Amino acid sequence: MYKNWWKILGAILVVYSTIWGFLSAVPALPILHESIRNLYFHVPMWFGMIVLFSISVFYSVKYLSSNDPEHDIKAVESINVGVVYGVLGIVTGAIWARFTWGQAWSFDVKQNFAAIALLLYFAYLVLRNAIDEEQKRAKISAIYNIFAFPIMVVLLFVLPRLADSLHPGNGGNPGFNAYDLDSRMRMVFYPACLGWILIGCWIYNVRFRVRKLEKNNTI
Amino acid sequence: MQLIKQVKYLVKKELVLEWRSKYALNGVLLYVVSTIFVCFLSFVGLSHPVTWNALFWIIMLFASLNAVAKSFLQESRGRQIYIYTIASPLALIISKTLYNILLMEVLTLIALFFYIVVFDYIPQDLGLYIVATILGSLSFSTIFTMISAIASKAGNGGMLMAILSFPVIIPVLIVLIKLTKNAIDGLDRSVSLDEIGLLLVINVLVGAVSLLLFPYLWRD
Repeated sequence: MYKNWWKILGAILVVYSTIWGFLSAVPALPILHESIRNLYFHVPMWFGMIVLFSISVFYSVKYLSSNDPEHDIKAVESINVGVVYGVLGIVTGAIWARFTWGQAWSFDVKQNFAAIALLLYFAYLVLRNAIDEEQKRAKISAIYNIFAFPIMVVLLFVLPRLADSLHPGNGGNPGFNAYDLDSRMRMVFYPACLGWILIGCWIYNVRFRVRKLEKNNTI
Repeated sequence: MQLIKQVKYLVKKELVLEWRSKYALNGVLLYVVSTIFVCFLSFVGLSHPVTWNALFWIIMLFASLNAVAKSFLQESRGRQIYIYTIASPLALIISKTLYNILLMEVLTLIALFFYIVVFDYIPQDLGLYIVATILGSLSFSTIFTMISAIASKAGNGGMLMAILSFPVIIPVLIVLIKLTKNAIDGLDRSVSLDEIGLLLVINVLVGAVSLLLFPYLWRD
């Protein structure tokens, strides 16, 4: 029990933020209207993705210094879950954009760069498939993962700042916290972020353990 | 000191090898020139400077991909092992990067000259445009050198090289196109300082990461 408290916490937070996210009152804003509730699902996906990719870089660095195959499995499984989070982030964003900006793909800088950042990780997965030998695959993909991480940071955090975006907080639009993330929304938003991050780590943890069991069985 | 000496020898080796066959320079030069010519024949003059600019960078992207890809992909396994025994991995990656930067600078400047002549269009701020192309070929060579090392170790060349390098090069390309757009519009140079700074930061970042990671990659 003492080891699993964070999984229970994550589950409770996600259930709470989903139910309360749909039931609680939200500020009535033009254009956004009720779609503002998507904030509880869209933004936590990106936070979750970044946390998972950071975990993966951490284990890639550890792999290079230790050559322990477990670290390699941890790195690839956290990327698998992170990629799913990223795709969900793009899909929720596209649905939101469809109803607020008028077009599912609005050629907004953040949309474009997020898609490119995901391409980086798809390339990582293709690279893994291209190499047969296990140790070599682990080493080369760890190197590419570490190489890609700073580029992803530039893509998601530096370049969007240089251009105008339709997202809040860019190009003269006030940030969410400036006008509408009032205390009622904060009560749902922060737990949602934490909950989804924990759920992501849980999925990654389960996947890692399944892979480890499979590996032990084959030997 | 040992490192500098090794780098000097390895760069010299690359230059001598290149000078003997003159394959890379002539080959890639012909590649660029014929691509520019094909573009000219199919577009028959570009009415819009933005298209002119985008086309130049697309041509340079593929040319540099081809030029730099061969730096690791072309070396035979025997030669790689020989170099492994006589030089440190740091010296090798530094010398390869330096040689590629040199090659790409020469190539890009010739290509730009030819491109301007063929399409008969001169950007308003030619000085800034040349600075941008120099920075661009610098970033292309630092990024592609490392990726080509990764692709060559992974064992199946060209295809993997393209897949791995495109997402990495896109941010650089976006900044470059913005910078050169400023040069074409003849904006005041102080406007472009942000982009120049960002390009230099990306280069330093990529260079540092390559130096850190290459020794792990090189050790088989």
